[in-house]
Amino acid sequence: MNAIETMDLTRKFGSLTAVDNVNLKVTEGEIFGLLGPNGAGKSTTISMLCTIMKPTSGTAKVNGYDIVHEPGQVRGSIGIVFQDPSIDDKLTGRENMEMHADLYNVPRDVMHSRIDEVLQLVELEDRASDYVNTYSGGMRRRLEIARSLIHYPRVLFLDEPTLGLDPQSRDHIWSYIRDLKKRENITIILTTHYMEEADELCDRIAIIDRSRIIAMDTPHNLKEELKGEIIILQTNNNDRLVDKLLETELADSITEINGELNLKVKNAHTALPRIVELAVSNSVYVDSISIREPHLDDVFMHFTGREIRETGGRALTGMGARIRGSLK
Amino acid sequence: MITPVLWLVIFGSGLGFSLTIPGFNYQQFLLPGIIAQTLLFTAMFLGISVIWDRQFGFMKEILVAPIGRVSIFAGKMLGVGTSAMIQGLIVILLGFLIGIPLSLYAVCLAIPLMLLITVGLVCIGLIIASFMASLESFGTIVTFVNMPMFFLSGALFPVMNLPWWLKWAFYVNPLTYSVDALRSVMINGWHSILPLEYNILIIVVFDVVTVVIGTYAFGKRQ
Repeated sequence: MNAIETMDLTRKFGSLTAVDNVNLKVTEGEIFGLLGPNGAGKSTTISMLCTIMKPTSGTAKVNGYDIVHEPGQVRGSIGIVFQDPSIDDKLTGRENMEMHADLYNVPRDVMHSRIDEVLQLVELEDRASDYVNTYSGGMRRRLEIARSLIHYPRVLFLDEPTLGLDPQSRDHIWSYIRDLKKRENITIILTTHYMEEADELCDRIAIIDRSRIIAMDTPHNLKEELKGEIIILQTNNNDRLVDKLLETELADSITEINGELNLKVKNAHTALPRIVELAVSNSVYVDSISIREPHLDDVFMHFTGREIRETGGRALTGMGARIRGSLK
Repeated sequence: MITPVLWLVIFGSGLGFSLTIPGFNYQQFLLPGIIAQTLLFTAMFLGISVIWDRQFGFMKEILVAPIGRVSIFAGKMLGVGTSAMIQGLIVILLGFLIGIPLSLYAVCLAIPLMLLITVGLVCIGLIIASFMASLESFGTIVTFVNMPMFFLSGALFPVMNLPWWLKWAFYVNPLTYSVDALRSVMINGWHSILPLEYNILIIVVFDVVTVVIGTYAFGKRQ
């Protein structure tokens, strides 16, 4: 059975379409990632799936319940960790848990054992009696994850679970998420704009850009689809080398990231000597050169022609714009 | 809590020396007015908690829980209402402390009345909060509603002696009847504007209307 199935899910805000005819299926027990830049429509999609927002048209089924007609049943069967903090920091960790358990009709006699259990899972049992305003950002996030599990949801939504956390807390939360999937076999939907997060955690990924799903597959297959490798060059004259490269057919695409040229080529081992030769014969000095396998960043770039970055709509340099114009 | 003290003790005794209302002392006359004022200000102001909850994201956690919108509104109402009632009771206590003649029997009658009055006032606060996005705009609008309601309620002076053109402004204000009802039970021999039953009826109608509008507005806006 599908844990989630959306049918032409659409949401408009005035003239702006935030989510445009999204169709996706998530199988039970899967970690599914919605990946895209800020403002792509990830959170709006999640909000509709958890029945906070009504779709403008289309609908979806979560755990077999319709989000438009059976919002109550949907809410009872899912857990959510929102992008923004949603914990009452004037209560202790345990009080937050108890309140949540009450809201979700967890029977009183099993409530306390379950709270202990989920607190243990996120290693917060020692701090449970402290007020949440004494917690660090990572601890609050873990508490929110623990809270969303008290009522044993079958589907868990994580909206940017590691946004704004330090790398250590991020690793911590990643390992909880993996653990959780193994132990409870629940379906997890997470949104993120961190490529490595999607790559590390997700069984399947949907890449969302400008309100639409533009690709959906396993991280591995998405990367395979690029059919190539990336050569990274540092030179003293990127502009001239790019001009010369464009005259040849050596690279499938060229982008400049932080002063480094990223060339996507079919076979790095045969392309490399020619590229170096081209550089030398045009008296471009090559500082360094390296080869890597494609990342999800490259996949995103491949599908959208843009880079995914924290700021979302990062202004392209004249150079970048020229490359995109001539080569995509 | 300092506001009612200032009103009752300073304003009350100050004006009490220069103004005579036959049969009562001014502070005794003022006490029910200040109780109503305290209920009004606390209930309205605490509507802000809705905006707090929304801004801190806590409202989302509540909204996504498998509970009805009506119970969320009712919960907010009970919470804010309790705070307002506690404030009101403190004012009564304050009345005892500064020696305003007050029988225990009168207090027992006043408390259920205060409960009735609080319901409607809390709802107004929550309705305003439902429509406001920011804390600042809430503050502005609440003051804009609070102050006229307070000054046009007869909390500070009797309504009966006013010219007709001003009277109607008092008569459309539900708080006028709340103050009048409180005075009927707290002051012996008070000549009320309307008989107590009619006052209570008006308050109840006001409560029902605001609860219905409040539940609707709250469900719509969150």
